[in-house]
Amino acid sequence: MALLSCKNLSLGYEGQEIIHDLSFALEAGSYLCIVGENGSGKSTLMKTLLGLHAPMGGSVELGEGLHRGEIGYLPQQTVVQKDFPASVEEIVLSGCQNRCGLRPFYRKEERRIARESMEKLSLTPLARRCYRELSGGQQQRVLLARALCATRKLLLLDEPVTGLDPLVTNELYGLVERLNRNGGITVVMISHDIHVALRYATHILHVGVRGTTTFFGTRDAYRRSDIGQHYLSLQHGEK
Amino acid sequence: MELVQKLSLYFSFPFVRYALIVGVLIALCSSLLGVTLVLKRFSFIGDGLSHVAFGAMAVAGALGMRSSMYLVLPVTVVSAVALLRSGKNARIRGDASIAMISVGALALGYLLMNLRPSSANVSGDVCSTLFGSTSILTLTSGQVWLCAVLSVLVLGAFLFFYNKIFCVTFDESFAAATGTNAELYNLIIAVIIAVIIVLAMNLVGSLLISALVIFPAISAMRLFKSFRSVTVCSAILSVCCAGAGIVLSILADTPVGATVVAVDILAFLVFCGLGAALRNGG
Repeated sequence: MALLSCKNLSLGYEGQEIIHDLSFALEAGSYLCIVGENGSGKSTLMKTLLGLHAPMGGSVELGEGLHRGEIGYLPQQTVVQKDFPASVEEIVLSGCQNRCGLRPFYRKEERRIARESMEKLSLTPLARRCYRELSGGQQQRVLLARALCATRKLLLLDEPVTGLDPLVTNELYGLVERLNRNGGITVVMISHDIHVALRYATHILHVGVRGTTTFFGTRDAYRRSDIGQHYLSLQHGEK
Repeated sequence: MELVQKLSLYFSFPFVRYALIVGVLIALCSSLLGVTLVLKRFSFIGDGLSHVAFGAMAVAGALGMRSSMYLVLPVTVVSAVALLRSGKNARIRGDASIAMISVGALALGYLLMNLRPSSANVSGDVCSTLFGSTSILTLTSGQVWLCAVLSVLVLGAFLFFYNKIFCVTFDESFAAATGTNAELYNLIIAVIIAVIIVLAMNLVGSLLISALVIFPAISAMRLFKSFRSVTVCSAILSVCCAGAGIVLSILADTPVGATVVAVDILAFLVFCGLGAALRNGG
């Protein structure tokens, strides 16, 4: 049984379909990169996987005992967060909210999980620092630690390196790779950069702009496919 | 000495003491939610709602209701929910719809107050609804008790939902994705805001409520760096300013609401200065 599978999924807004009849299944431990042009519906797909957006048709199924609300999510940063007065500790701990239900406070166990997540991402020295005073890379690490509090199995990242410099970008990709390889966490990441996708991912999902084909398969199969070669040559042309 | 005598004379009346307690409670409640409101960029919703409350008050007056609260509270709560909903998927953009509702309610309310005056002194009525009671002595004991009960409820709700409110304020989509019912908590926030506004109307009047909600929060944000410390500081600051403002208004014979807000502004300036000094110094 796959950890995450989509069956004949159709997505769109107000009757306008952007993704048509998408099916794929992802095994636990995989690293999936979602690539495709702007406006092809990558973020909408991710929101649908999280249950934030209702599909127009088809279904998303979770397997291996994974429940909704147990998926770690690293959304794109919002304006509100940029100058938010909150300590690193508070933000990471808020990732445990899904374990609380109606309970108004955090238990020791949840504080321990938060501490471990901070330790994993070397945030412990920053625990009491204010979020808005951190660098962009540090902020992403905080949000990643929060996502780790929410999940043990599946992490969804929406273009996590937007606005980061190359050095910090590589660091963050390295971190995610370690979480995947050593931590056994399945990763689904939206990325602009096809080279990053080909370097780290085990599987690629290429979402074409409306009407064009989509591709799902292993990284090597993508490299050999027509759509992959075409997209690669396009990105080479840009550079 | 004369001042002390004047104060002790006032405080020998039990309802003045109650009024002080209620004023402080209201300030406490409004400052707690202020942090969330400012961070969520909802400051103007408070303003819009207070005008709706003014309109509802006018309707209650025209209908000859003895306790306007029974009409004002539900109307404001419904408007709060409607405004928060419209922020998401509206044909008219958020700020425009708030402006429309608030100015509309203000105009219709004033019109109604003139068409069906509930007392001989229309402009006096309007003035005290907009800017609060001219003196704390005009608060009735019924208002005082209702305020006390509602503030305790608001306080309890805030403490109970504190962690969830933080979650939803910081990152709504993450909260929703990890199974927190973000819509429900937004709704709870909206209802609490509405209750606070109706409460604060008695103290500072509908035009000045936003000040009570916003000033302590942004003052605290100048100095403090975690959500909890900002919230605690904003609460303490608001309580101090309200207490000082009420006492000052008794001593100087000034309108309660305006005095409290003036003290809030002063505190904000002090905090701004301190914040700048700290940044330069450290």
